[in-house]
Amino acid sequence: MTEKQTDTAQHTLVVRNMNVYYGAFRAINNVSLNIERNKITALIGPSGCGKSTVLRSLNRMNDLVNGARVEGEVLFHEQNLYANDVDAVEVRRRIGMVFQKPNPFPKSIYDNIAFGPRINGWKGTKSEMDDLVERCLRQAALWDDVKDKLKESGLALSGGQQQRLCIARALAVEPEVILMDEPCSALDPISTLKIEELMMELRQRYTIAIVTHNMQQAARASDYTAFFLMNDQRAGELVEYGPTGDLFTNPKDKRTEDYITGRFG
Amino acid sequence: MDDKVSIGMDSRRITTSQRETTRPFSLKKQPRLGESIIQGFLLFCGVLSMFTTIGIVIVLGSESIAFFRQVSIVEFVTNTVWSPQIDEFGILPLLLSTLLTSTIAMCIALPTGLAAAIYLSEYASRRARSILKPVLEVLAGVPTVVYGYFALKFMTPLLKSVFGEANVNIYNMASAGLVMGIMIIPLVSSMSEDALSAVPRTLREGAYGLGATRLETAIKVVLPAGISGIIAAFVVAISRAVGETMIVAVAAGAKPTFTFNPFEAAETMTGHIARISGGDLSYASIDYNSIFAIGLTLFLMTLGLNMISRRLVRRFREVYE
Repeated sequence: MTEKQTDTAQHTLVVRNMNVYYGAFRAINNVSLNIERNKITALIGPSGCGKSTVLRSLNRMNDLVNGARVEGEVLFHEQNLYANDVDAVEVRRRIGMVFQKPNPFPKSIYDNIAFGPRINGWKGTKSEMDDLVERCLRQAALWDDVKDKLKESGLALSGGQQQRLCIARALAVEPEVILMDEPCSALDPISTLKIEELMMELRQRYTIAIVTHNMQQAARASDYTAFFLMNDQRAGELVEYGPTGDLFTNPKDKRTEDYITGRFG
Repeated sequence: MDDKVSIGMDSRRITTSQRETTRPFSLKKQPRLGESIIQGFLLFCGVLSMFTTIGIVIVLGSESIAFFRQVSIVEFVTNTVWSPQIDEFGILPLLLSTLLTSTIAMCIALPTGLAAAIYLSEYASRRARSILKPVLEVLAGVPTVVYGYFALKFMTPLLKSVFGEANVNIYNMASAGLVMGIMIIPLVSSMSEDALSAVPRTLREGAYGLGATRLETAIKVVLPAGISGIIAAFVVAISRAVGETMIVAVAAGAKPTFTFNPFEAAETMTGHIARISGGDLSYASIDYNSIFAIGLTLFLMTLGLNMISRRLVRRFREVYE
């Protein structure tokens, strides 16, 4: 118990011996790692290595996949997210998510931001909501682009703007952790850079975990990096985890070195 | 194995020598007869329904003109008595009965069908779907005449036992409308489910990622995103109810009556056309022409509904790609 407490004091999320199954297939094999508070943790690895599955297990998004099952523990504030009495809806409210493809709701920009607070029992006035919308859009570096067209559809924005709208939407419910599943893979380099700058800003208030295909992105924009690979049974395993600088300049595992030097993957 | 290789080499040698003497291929246009025939057939199928519609409009129009030479349009749309025997041709009793039965049917079919669609697309496990969908399809496949007798022999006695023997006529609009509603549920549910299932999964995940429950996701994200398909389903359902004939012919009554009481017997437009055209009617008579005037009215109603729905669909459309 004391060990747990020290763990969660330093770490926002503690993953212990996690296995994830899709039906009978074991997709993730015995992963343990800690997501540090107010840091950016990048999950990297070749396609199919299970990095997205690990990320989606951190806020019980995998519940929505038929036949998905998680073993082991994910501790958040000393509570196991996979305990029987935990409500996945509450989990996702505190651990938000930004997806691979920008997925704004087919509603106005304003309503996209207001959606989260409203479903979570917003009691404030109209002007308080206006303030909240403005604050979230400013935090997501989108306010100047959209302040004159808040009533327009979120889908009228460019891809990069849509993704920032999705980030703003996630911020509006004031989560503690933001999970990002390849948030830049559908974006051009300039939009990608903007999202990365935004992540650096957000780090001061939020804990961020990001899955990325792009090793340069992990090297540029993360504090910790976790490298995953598929084992012989095609299950994803954590090969190496550490501060990003160490992992990229001085990898301990041969396979990590091969991957980051571009020898495969 | 060796043979094959040598044949291959031989043929290559031939083509090389041909290239030296003549042009190896031509880029000239070549007639493709099969292609043209198939294209013509496809075009024919496409315009067939168009010509059918035009034909129907011409027939309805010309026969109706003969009718309106003898009965003024004003009388037709304002008179509350339809009684060809005494030369009373007011569409209102038939129209009112059609509207009442259809409204009752829609009160059943739209909410139930939509709720079933939401259940099927957002909640149902694969097992539940595999049972529920075929059952709904069976419901859609029952002949309407069977529904008609279901209304007469089951729904009407049920209504009588609930609302009192004396208050409910043996033929009544409520019974026909309710059963018509049940008949239309599968249509609404399957079309609405298609519309909901077409909403991308990523939108649902976006909502769940913000801490939305299943219900909030379904009602506030998926439903608005699929609304244009749902409106289309509703309009098809209304058209179906307005045009439905057998159930109302069997269960709603066979006498045009101007009444707002759903427990009274009253003949609908379709029911009247079916009954009159089934009887021995001389072609030159005004009675005969009158059913085309009713048919034209029905046609204009469904046309109007379709136009309204197109407008609604365009207005409410939330494009998600």
